[in-house]
Amino acid sequence: MIPLAHYLILGAIMFALSVIGIFLNRKNVVILLMSIELLLLAINTNFLAFSHYLQDTAGQVFVFFILTVAAAESAIGLAILIVLFRNRHTINVEDLDTLKG
Amino acid sequence: MPDVVPAIITNQIPMSFTQLAFYFFAAVMVLASTMVITIRNPVKAALFLVLAFVSGACVWMTLEAEFLAIVLVLVYVGAVMVLFLFVVMMLDVNLTRLREGFGEYLPIGGLVAVLMVLEMVIVLSADSFDQQNMPRPEPQAEGYSNTKELGRLLYTFYVYPFELAAIILLVAIIAAIALTLRKRPQTKYQNPAEQVAVRREDRVRLVKMAAERRKDNQP
Repeated sequence: MIPLAHYLILGAIMFALSVIGIFLNRKNVVILLMSIELLLLAINTNFLAFSHYLQDTAGQVFVFFILTVAAAESAIGLAILIVLFRNRHTINVEDLDTLKG
Repeated sequence: MPDVVPAIITNQIPMSFTQLAFYFFAAVMVLASTMVITIRNPVKAALFLVLAFVSGACVWMTLEAEFLAIVLVLVYVGAVMVLFLFVVMMLDVNLTRLREGFGEYLPIGGLVAVLMVLEMVIVLSADSFDQQNMPRPEPQAEGYSNTKELGRLLYTFYVYPFELAAIILLVAIIAAIALTLRKRPQTKYQNPAEQVAVRREDRVRLVKMAAERRKDNQP
């Protein structure tokens, strides 16, 4: 029998790995987007674990919506990335300083 | 109670396979994610992300979320990751510049991550999440359909969020097309509306003139 805690710890490890990924690859926008996808995968695993152990299908519905939004987010993110590369010829985050923020 | 013991023993054998599958796929998932964030080549990172997603789908399968596991493979691995691979291969980036300062934030980032995992493990090791307080539910009966159950819920209680999700997808389609669309002045293309709307007067001009004859009478 797998206790619920093991699923949650798996989710925590995946979440932490994606946080490290955002710290490490802070210059490469593509890897940043991939880290965000991993983060959402960790969250979804947590949702499904609770959904199964509490016998409540609502958690699965939430995962369904998160998947929808994540797919839309990555599609728009990659489109922005392509426009960015076309105009600036770089995907380095440090070169994106046009707004002088 | 002698009749309890055989029940536990008969339950033990199929459960141990689920356990084995869970720990195996969880290990693959963690390894693949580690490779995603550390590997040098973005194409290889995308491929390891595919591995992480497929192992994630297998972990979801042990949670009896069959529909979402298949959707994860079809939508994520089939569509989103292919999109990632396309983009990564389309962009011609200088990798050495992007790798500058790679380990610069490793100590602080690693510290934050390790602390986060430790805190979570401490919280989750409490009694609230162990076998007694949160026992694993019995497997669903034969004939139970996860897809049917999810569909029943989506089309009744969650029908408005479902329609909103459809609108979000529509907005995403329009945004992605509108962002990447560009007019190239040097490309030759046809305007079908103008082609269809053309009239005879626009193309043919009849000129009334006298017949001409060559001066030297040669044909």
